[in-house]
Amino acid sequence: MPRPGFVLEVDRSTPPILFHHGEGFRLTRLPPGRTRVIYPPEPVAALRDPDGAVRHALLNPLGDSDPLPALLRPGMKLTIAFDDISLPLPQMRAPDVRQRVIEAVLDLAADAGVDDVHLIAALALHRRMTEAELRHAVGDRVYDAFAPSGRLYNHDAEDPEGMALLGTTEQGEEVEINRRAAESDLLVYVNINLVAMDGGWKSTATGLASYRSLRHHHNVRTMRHSRSFMDQHHSELHSSNWRMGKVLRDSGVRIFQIETTLNTDTFPKPFDFLMKREWEWGARDRATFVATSKALERTPPRLARQIFQSIRSPHAMSSVQAGEVQAVHRVTTENVYRQQLVAVEGQTDILTMGLPYICPYNVNSIMNPILVMCLGLGYFFNLYRGRPLVREGGVLIMSHPTPWEFHPVHHPSYIDFFEQVLADTTDPVEIEKRYETSFAEDEWYRHLYRTSYAYHGVHPFYMWYWGAHALEHLGGVIVVGGNARAVRRLGFKPASTMNDALEMASDVVGADGSITHLHNPPILLADVT
Amino acid sequence: MRLAARLGFPYSAPSTPGGVEPVAAPKRTGVDYHSAWARRFPARWSRVVLLESVMRPAMRVLANPDRVGLDRLADLAARKQPVIFAANHNSHIDTPLVLTSLPEPWRHHTFVGAAADYFFRTRMTGAVASLTLNAVPIERTKVSRRSAHHAAALIDEGWSMLIFPEGGRSPDGWGQPFRGGAAYLSLRCGVPVVPVHIGGSGRVLAKGKRAPARAATTVTFGAPLVPGGDEDSRRFGARLERAVAALADEAATDWYSARLRAHHGTTPVLGGPATTSWRRAWARGDHRRPRGSARRRSGPTWPDLT
Repeated sequence: MPRPGFVLEVDRSTPPILFHHGEGFRLTRLPPGRTRVIYPPEPVAALRDPDGAVRHALLNPLGDSDPLPALLRPGMKLTIAFDDISLPLPQMRAPDVRQRVIEAVLDLAADAGVDDVHLIAALALHRRMTEAELRHAVGDRVYDAFAPSGRLYNHDAEDPEGMALLGTTEQGEEVEINRRAAESDLLVYVNINLVAMDGGWKSTATGLASYRSLRHHHNVRTMRHSRSFMDQHHSELHSSNWRMGKVLRDSGVRIFQIETTLNTDTFPKPFDFLMKREWEWGARDRATFVATSKALERTPPRLARQIFQSIRSPHAMSSVQAGEVQAVHRVTTENVYRQQLVAVEGQTDILTMGLPYICPYNVNSIMNPILVMCLGLGYFFNLYRGRPLVREGGVLIMSHPTPWEFHPVHHPSYIDFFEQVLADTTDPVEIEKRYETSFAEDEWYRHLYRTSYAYHGVHPFYMWYWGAHALEHLGGVIVVGGNARAVRRLGFKPASTMNDALEMASDVVGADGSITHLHNPPILLADVT
Repeated sequence: MRLAARLGFPYSAPSTPGGVEPVAAPKRTGVDYHSAWARRFPARWSRVVLLESVMRPAMRVLANPDRVGLDRLADLAARKQPVIFAANHNSHIDTPLVLTSLPEPWRHHTFVGAAADYFFRTRMTGAVASLTLNAVPIERTKVSRRSAHHAAALIDEGWSMLIFPEGGRSPDGWGQPFRGGAAYLSLRCGVPVVPVHIGGSGRVLAKGKRAPARAATTVTFGAPLVPGGDEDSRRFGARLERAVAALADEAATDWYSARLRAHHGTTPVLGGPATTSWRRAWARGDHRRPRGSARRRSGPTWPDLT
């Protein structure tokens, strides 16, 4: 029986606490008496027969949906869309969940004699997936059966012929998605719900959409009114996607949604000590920590990055459900909460967090300063339900090396955003007003997005907007152990040590401000009352 | 030996007096060969060394196997469950080819069902087969409760089994009807059967050839099969044969096309076309291979569906 997450009150006997720090880790002693640490729940049990569970879900759909075999017929046009490289994190060991589900769907399609099948990586404005990444996601069998004939490919949001405008919501939001998906007799969406934000109508309305459609919810106003976007009932991001979902449904797009959840078994050996509570580390765990920490200090950053990016997580499927979008997503969200929720009483003056080497947008890539901001202020800050973990005007301290380094192929527009836009202002509203359109419509970025492996020109803006709620809410942000110039460019304060950072935070929140450390990953979601 | 014979009894075996019924010597060959020693130390460790340092490099050079479908075994591997691997059989290299393709936890914990009348004809051949392949004698010319019982006991102990349900190597490159051993053992021991298709091994060392030639091969592992509640060994065996045929189709074309044909019952049978022998040989497609070439063929291998 896995133990639930809990909140530890730090006292003098509490050992130093683990902080992720990019491609490394740190043990930091936190002040006793005024500090608490939120530990994630242990991984819930994996499905014993995941393939059987997938098949059962397809044959016993939720909500107002027929079983999948009843929706399949010879001569039909079937499209299977699936989540892209941003999920799950880290990439999971083969076989990937998507492969299991897609093979089960295709097996039923083969039984029904469906010949016209396309598979689309629903990557919205993310970078295209490489062949190796697609093979990992869908498996060699599916890749070899469909990719050579051009029936397995990446979504292209900038293909004028490949997008279809389906209508507008009652609030004037344009709904434009991939034409093949829109014009299919059935769209099967294969999702991985790593966090509560994923899935539901967001899968199709975002994953297969264009800039024209995305700009209606990927903006500063929406992000500031999503509190948080891990709680769909209080998230404007989700409200907008749900309105778009209604347009999709009304325009006749038939969707069979398949959602999966994973447990938080995140790190394989020898890094499994990262999932343990510090006082439960055995001799081997301590030896591994010391050895890896010392080795990583002497490892060139490029090599360390390669080592970490090669980690394949032992994530296991904890649930799978299929059928009508909303009915499915309700159950999925409950299953995510069952794994990740931790009850926390009250807010804190100072929130600390150690940022790991990976976020959704630097898989097989570099965690540049903009992504550091997005991971800390966008994702980790928003891992709450109810109220933010840190009070309004409080301080966020995050630990990450924050290198002034960018992947030139994956993140070309990030480089210009960092050099031009952030050098001018860090105010999201100002940035949105003055710069967004020029980046979004830049022909060179558009070309790189479509033909290379680059994130769309507007993507760094979205990263910045992702943290807009936190920027508005917080009284200050301090980065421990980061590149000082890069940190200042982000508008944050650099600190060498956690003690220095706490000292600096006391200028904002007072001398004895309460501290809460988010012991994450493995992922947790704070239910703050 | 000669000296012992010259010295006579007791330095050599005694002769039997006339009119006395000689005592039958206990049989130590064929299905009666005792191979238990080969699953104990040091034979086990010798075999690990042999498999990793001789067989694996040899297979790489000779057969350059493309191993496909190992991901289908991930769940079973996580549970460390014993399984029965059932493969089609074309060549003597099939056994080392599959053994060196097996992932952990099975690679060094699998015994091979080998023909008692061939591999265990003498004690010497039996010892070689046991030591190198962890072979266990299986009676193939008649239904033998003894060999089945022996294999079942080993599976119950946690060993996995590699068996070739065709009962012997193909004489012409096309498959032969599957016998019921794998299905029977699966039902009896309650373990899944993993269908395996080996493609191209006939080009390396076909039946009747003495010297191997280099050629590319494919080893395709299928999804594990579990007998249905109402399935007897005959029907389960037929399903297993269809599964191996579907893997052959998958290896020759692509997975989705093979699934389409499998669901519509149009998967090409392993036995090949029911025509005259030369047309069967022609349909197999070996005439298209450049003589003496070890090049990897880019197109279909076996059976040739084009």
